[in-house]
Amino acid sequence: MADTLLSFNNLKIEATAYPPGEPPRHVVLVDGVSVSVEKGKVLGLIGESGAGKSTIGLSAMSFGRGGVRLTGGEIVLNGRDIRTASAGALRDLRGREVTYVAQSAAASFNPAKKLMEQVIETSVAHGVMTKAEAEARAVSLFRQLSLPNPETIGNRYPHQVSGGQLQRVMTAMALCPKPDLVIFDEPTTALDVTTQIDVLAAIKRAIHETGVAALYITHDLAVVAQVADDILVLRHGKKVEYGSTDQIINAPKEAYTQALVSVRSIDHAEKPQAAPVLSVQNVTARYKGTSFDVLKNVTVDVAPGQTLAIVGESGSGKSTLARAITGLLPPASGRITFAGRTLSADLAGRTKDDLRELQMIYQMADVAMNPRQTVGTIIGRPLEFYFGLKGAEKEKRIQELLDQIEMGKGYADRYPAELSGGQKQRVCIARALAAKPKLIICDEVTSALDPLVADGILKLLLDLQARENVAYLFITHDLATVKAIADKIAVMFKGQVVRYGQKTDVLTPPFDDYTDLLLSSVPEMKLGWLEDVLTTRKMESAGN
Amino acid sequence: MHPVLKLVVQRVALGLLLLLAVSAVIFLGVEALPGDTAQAILGQQATPEALANLREQMGLDQPALTRYFQWLGGVVQGDLGTALTNKADIAQSIGQRLGNTLFLAGCAAAISVPLAILLGLIAARYAGRWPDKLISGVTLTTISLPEFVAAYFVIFLLTQVFPIFQPVAMVFPGMSFWAKLHAVALPVIVLVLVVLAHMMRMTRAAILNVMQSAYIETAELKGLTPMQVVWRHAFPNAIAPVVSVVMLNLAYLVVGVVVVEVVFGYNALGQYLVDHVTKRDVPVVQAVGLIFAAVYIFLNMAADVIAIVANPRLRHPK
Repeated sequence: MADTLLSFNNLKIEATAYPPGEPPRHVVLVDGVSVSVEKGKVLGLIGESGAGKSTIGLSAMSFGRGGVRLTGGEIVLNGRDIRTASAGALRDLRGREVTYVAQSAAASFNPAKKLMEQVIETSVAHGVMTKAEAEARAVSLFRQLSLPNPETIGNRYPHQVSGGQLQRVMTAMALCPKPDLVIFDEPTTALDVTTQIDVLAAIKRAIHETGVAALYITHDLAVVAQVADDILVLRHGKKVEYGSTDQIINAPKEAYTQALVSVRSIDHAEKPQAAPVLSVQNVTARYKGTSFDVLKNVTVDVAPGQTLAIVGESGSGKSTLARAITGLLPPASGRITFAGRTLSADLAGRTKDDLRELQMIYQMADVAMNPRQTVGTIIGRPLEFYFGLKGAEKEKRIQELLDQIEMGKGYADRYPAELSGGQKQRVCIARALAAKPKLIICDEVTSALDPLVADGILKLLLDLQARENVAYLFITHDLATVKAIADKIAVMFKGQVVRYGQKTDVLTPPFDDYTDLLLSSVPEMKLGWLEDVLTTRKMESAGN
Repeated sequence: MHPVLKLVVQRVALGLLLLLAVSAVIFLGVEALPGDTAQAILGQQATPEALANLREQMGLDQPALTRYFQWLGGVVQGDLGTALTNKADIAQSIGQRLGNTLFLAGCAAAISVPLAILLGLIAARYAGRWPDKLISGVTLTTISLPEFVAAYFVIFLLTQVFPIFQPVAMVFPGMSFWAKLHAVALPVIVLVLVVLAHMMRMTRAAILNVMQSAYIETAELKGLTPMQVVWRHAFPNAIAPVVSVVMLNLAYLVVGVVVVEVVFGYNALGQYLVDHVTKRDVPVVQAVGLIFAAVYIFLNMAADVIAIVANPRLRHPK
C-alpha cells in the first residue's frame, strides 16, 4: 500500500521481571502483533493494563521504557525498519517524524521551564523551523486547541495552568514540529469527565485539521470510539480483534471484545427509603487557619444495607466529606449521627465501637496496605484489635473472610506485591469487613482498576451488602459506577450538595445545570456521540 | 509582598538571630573555661591582689552579662578587642589574614565547583559505565587521602619531580595578583582534590534522582541528545541539593583548612586561630570563632536563598 505510514510486522517485545524473593523472570510483553496505520488515519489501541498498548505505542518510536527490549519483528516507518536503527537515527526521527502525548501532562512537563520553551524545543532542535516560526506555529496551535490567552499562555510555567489546559499544551507540543504520527497515550484518563470532553474535542479537531496520523491508546472503549478510524483490541500482549471502529463497537466478534463493549451494564434496582444509619446534618468544614468552607451545609443520610453515592469532580469536596465523617477533619458546624448516637466531631473523642462500625476502603489499595505484612496479618489485625481473636479462632475467621472475597486458601501467606490490582482491593475489602462495620466508606475504590476488574469488585460489594446488610457511602467521579451500585445519589459541586435523592429521581430530568453538564459529559459507547453532545450544547448556548 | 522576597527576608532574619545565638554560645564556652584572662596574663604565681587589680582594670569584675554586651557592642562596631599576647588590634590582624583565607578558598572554589558539577553531569550521563566508574574512583581516592598526605605528595610531584612551583606558599602585601596566584597553586590543588568528590557525588545523585521523572522521558522522546537531556532538563531541577552541598564545601574551604595552611606555611586565619588557642589568647579565639560561625551561617543562608529562587513554584506563584 502506497499510503501506509507505519506498520508493525509480527512485533515481539520482551522484558526481564524481578519479582521479590524469586529469580529474575523473562516475560513477553507483546507477542506477534501486526497492524498498520495509514497516513492521516487514527488507530485506537485498547485493552486493560498489562495488555501491551503503551509498550506498542512507544515502540513506534523504537523506544523501550526501562528494561523493555524490542526483540523481534519489524517496525516499518516511512518505508524503513526502525527497530534496529542506530541511536543517532532514532534521535533524528523522535520528535520530528513521531511525537508523544503522555497520560499525565502534569508530570511530563519540566517544572523549571516555561511552556513555550518546551513546546518549540523539538522543532528548533531538529531544525524543522526557526525559533520565531515555531513560536508562531505554537500560538496558532494553542488557538486551535481553544486554550485561553493563546498569545501569552506560553510564558507560563507548568504549575500555573490547569490539568486540562496542560494536556492541550502537550498536544500542541506534539503537533508543533509537523510530525507524521502522534502517539496519544491515555491523554484524557487523568482528567475530570467535564474536562475530558473538551480536551477530547480539541484533540479530535487538531488531528482533523493538521491531517496527522495518530495512535490513540486508552482503556476506555467509549472514548476511543469518538476519535479512531480503526481499533485494535489487545489482551496479554496479543491481538484479540482488529476492525473498523463501527464494526468493533456495533458488531464485535470476539467474546473479550463483547465483554468490553457490554461492561458496566450491571443492573441494580434501587431499594426503598428507610430510617438512616448515618445522618449528616448541615455540616460545614474548613481547614485549620483558613476561612474558606470546603464543605458548605452538607446534609445527606444512608439507610442500613443501602448505598449512597457521592458524585462530583476532583475538588468538589467528596473526600473531604469522608474525612469529616471519619473525624479526621472535625466540622466547624453541623451534626453527624451514626447508629442512633451523635458522633464526636473529633477523632479522639470517639469510642472503639464508633471506630469499628465505620470502616474505609481507599482508591489506592497498594499504598493502603503495609507491603511487609502478609495478607493474613493485614486481615487479622482488626480481628485482634476489635475482637481480641487469637490463634486458631483468628485463622478460621481470616479464612472465612478470604472465602467471602472469593480468594482461595493460599492467599493468607502472600504479600501485597504478589497480588494483582483487583486482588489487592479485595483484601482491603476483607480488612474492612473484618471489623463487622455498619457502614463502609468507599473512596474511589474502582477508579484505579481496569473496567472488567472494577466490575468484579462492584459485584462483590453488592453481594456482600446483601449478605451482611452493610451500608456504603460510595465516593466516585464515574457515573457508570454510580448507576451500577447506588440507591441514593448526592451530586457535589464546590463543597455543596447540588442535587440529592433516590437514584431514579436524581437521574431523571429536569436537571439542574451542573448535573446536566456532568451527565452529558460521560462518554457513551456509540459513534458520533461527541459531535452530538457538542452540537446540543452549542444550540443550547445559542438559545440562551 | 512577593512570596520569594518574604521567604528571603525570613531566612536572612533567621540567620542574624542564629548568629546572635552563636555569639552567646561562644562567649559562654570561653567563660566556662577554668581561669580567666587576668590569670592567663599574670600566670600561676600571681598574687591575689595583683589579680584583683588587673581584673578591675580590665573590667573582668563586672558580671558576665555586662561583659557579654560590652563585647557584642564592640563587635558590632568592628572592634574585636586587643590580643593579650602581643597587644595588637585583633580586627587589624584578622583583616589581612581573612583576605588570605578568602583568596585561597576563592581560588579553590573557582576551580572545584565547576569541575565537580561538570564531572557529576558526565558521571550521571554515563551512570554505571566506565566514565562514571573512573570519575567516582579517582575522586573517592583523593577524598580518602588525608590532606597532609595529599599535600606532601603534590609537593613532591610538583617541586621535586617537575620543579614548577615553590613548596612554600608565601604571600605578602604588595604582591601582584599573578604572583599570588602562582604562590597558592599547590595548596589550591590539594584543596580541590579534597573537596571535589563530595560535590561531584551529590551532583550525580541529584541528577540521577531527577532522571527518574516523567519529563525526562518526554525529553528523550523529543529526540534530544543524552547530554542535552541532562543539561537542559535534569540539571535545572537538581540545583537545590547541589547548591547546599557546594555551600558546605565552601564553608569548609574557609574554616577547615588549617592543616593545609600549616603544611604550606600559608599565613591565614586557621593558623592564626590555632596559634592563639595554644597561647590561651581568649579575645582572639572569640573573635575568630565568631567569624567562622558567620561564614557558615552566611553560606548556608545563601544556599537556602538560591534554592528558593531556583524553585519556579515559589518564583512564579499561580
